[in-house]
Amino acid sequence: MPPPKAASRRAPWLENRNVLGVLFMLPAAVLLLLFLTYPLGLGTWLGFTDTKVGRGGAWVGLENYAFLWGDSVTRLALFNTLFYTAIASVIKFALGLWLALLLNEHLPFKSFFRAVVLLPFIVPTALSAIAFWWIYDAQFSILSWGLSRMGLIDQYIDFLGDPWNARLSTIAANIWRGVPFVAITLLAGLQTISPSYYEAASLDGATPWQKFRHVTLPLLTPIIAVVMTFSVLFTFTDFQLIYVLTRGGPLNATHLMATLSFQRAIPGGALGEGAAIATAMVPFLLAAIMVSYFGLQRRAWQQGGSDA
Amino acid sequence: MSRPASDPARDASPATADSQGMSYLVSLPRRIVTVYVPLAAFLVVLLFPFYWMVVTTFKPNEELLSREGNPFWVKNPTLAHINKLLFDTSYPDWLWNTILISVVATFVSIACSVLAAYAIERLRFKGSRYVGMSIFLAYLVPPSILFIPLAQIIYQLQLFDTRLALILTYPTFLIPFCTWLLMGYFKSIPFELEECALIDGASRWQILSKIVLPLAVPGLISAGIFAFTLSWNEFIYALTFISSSEVKTVPVGVITELVEGDVYHWGSLMAGALLGSLPVAVLYSFFVEYYVSGLTGAVKE
Repeated sequence: MPPPKAASRRAPWLENRNVLGVLFMLPAAVLLLLFLTYPLGLGTWLGFTDTKVGRGGAWVGLENYAFLWGDSVTRLALFNTLFYTAIASVIKFALGLWLALLLNEHLPFKSFFRAVVLLPFIVPTALSAIAFWWIYDAQFSILSWGLSRMGLIDQYIDFLGDPWNARLSTIAANIWRGVPFVAITLLAGLQTISPSYYEAASLDGATPWQKFRHVTLPLLTPIIAVVMTFSVLFTFTDFQLIYVLTRGGPLNATHLMATLSFQRAIPGGALGEGAAIATAMVPFLLAAIMVSYFGLQRRAWQQGGSDA
Repeated sequence: MSRPASDPARDASPATADSQGMSYLVSLPRRIVTVYVPLAAFLVVLLFPFYWMVVTTFKPNEELLSREGNPFWVKNPTLAHINKLLFDTSYPDWLWNTILISVVATFVSIACSVLAAYAIERLRFKGSRYVGMSIFLAYLVPPSILFIPLAQIIYQLQLFDTRLALILTYPTFLIPFCTWLLMGYFKSIPFELEECALIDGASRWQILSKIVLPLAVPGLISAGIFAFTLSWNEFIYALTFISSSEVKTVPVGVITELVEGDVYHWGSLMAGALLGSLPVAVLYSFFVEYYVSGLTGAVKE
């Protein structure tokens, strides 16, 4: 592209793409550098100090991490986070893919269904979590009511009072919130697959399962990788659901890294320790991104794609 | 090989296409089992919590705290919970705060994102590729690892417990998302339009405001709706940076102020959740297509 001549009428530096680029980037860059990049660095630094609320901290090296490594609550929170992320992500993927395939069928009121399905993702999680809190209530749970009416249980289930019940209940709520996102994005991926592939597969006598396994799945893999990366990131760093439903209880059984870091730092006042817990999440997040990125790259390379 | 095969293939292809299409019609019972029943189950599970919210909101306390009768219906609907929420709590304040903060944060973010996306995608300044990549990476930074250092920064800037604290911090997750989304839209606008305008002597600013933006209106709506719902739903920053009741947002206010004490007022809690969800749900229902295209577009890029 030759440089445009008309620019000479104005101050020439104002039409220089580099100068203009910097000017246009300025507002976003200021906000992001001040409130994203700087806190990211500050958080890492805080993790190496013993800062408390209202007083600056001194450098203590790895003391926070050494303490947290020996702290049984932190270890439990790490286990909970991995368990929560693994189980919820797998089930969200399976159910989301299933729902996407169902919505990809020829249906009456298809766009209406698609709109309604996304509702759990739209409304504030903190507010829908309150609805779950009530659904999981120990005395008046509608689930317990239904099950006891059907004669399946004798006494009401203590959904959030027992460690394993609480873990599974929070996972169920997380799945409820996450399935729509997975389903709708995978549906968008499904709609880009040309019907002619399926026609060709039908001509070759492929069964529905073979069509799914050898046409749908390979073509959907790139978008699955992206969607699941997002899903894993959101689940791993989840805060709202746990904070509203259990605040990490009973007996810290549902504490995730994010909720523990909040509890230690804000009500507890130990900013340094909280920041160390938050920073400890970063390697896991990077690992998740790497796995999906390189998985994706390899896939693109195998398919002969030159530019991602 | 294709020539001799073409005859039977031509006969077969309409038939197969037909049987493809017919398979939806012929085996209706099978289709009910494999499609309609699972779909109905999904819908019931996904929508039940909302139904339960509505039912609980209008139930009087006696019905709420009784195990008798049919819990799925309200016998004597009451507005007492909503009344209590609107007149005995700071709920109207929270609602106003949430609207104000979401609207301002959305406009600030969109303005910054439009400029940034145009610069990255169209000005192609030196290093724009890397800036684009870092914008994407910024989108992957979760608020849960930022809130502690941000709380310190907010405190040092003396913004603690103000609306401005949230207006300034929400763009940290809104700008990366909106910029990424708008980059995709700007990419689809043909370069030739800009070149013509440049030859006619338009400045870059004129090109952006008179040519690119009008063509990117769907993208702007998508980004705006998305940014608005994201700020409406934000929780951890609002929980950390705000402590006075009159500055709280709806999600934080409902959780922290309505849950005090041992007796949970389920009716007003549910009314609070319902009223707090309605605005985003209504907005979403008007702009579903934009929202979905924003969601899927951002993921597909």
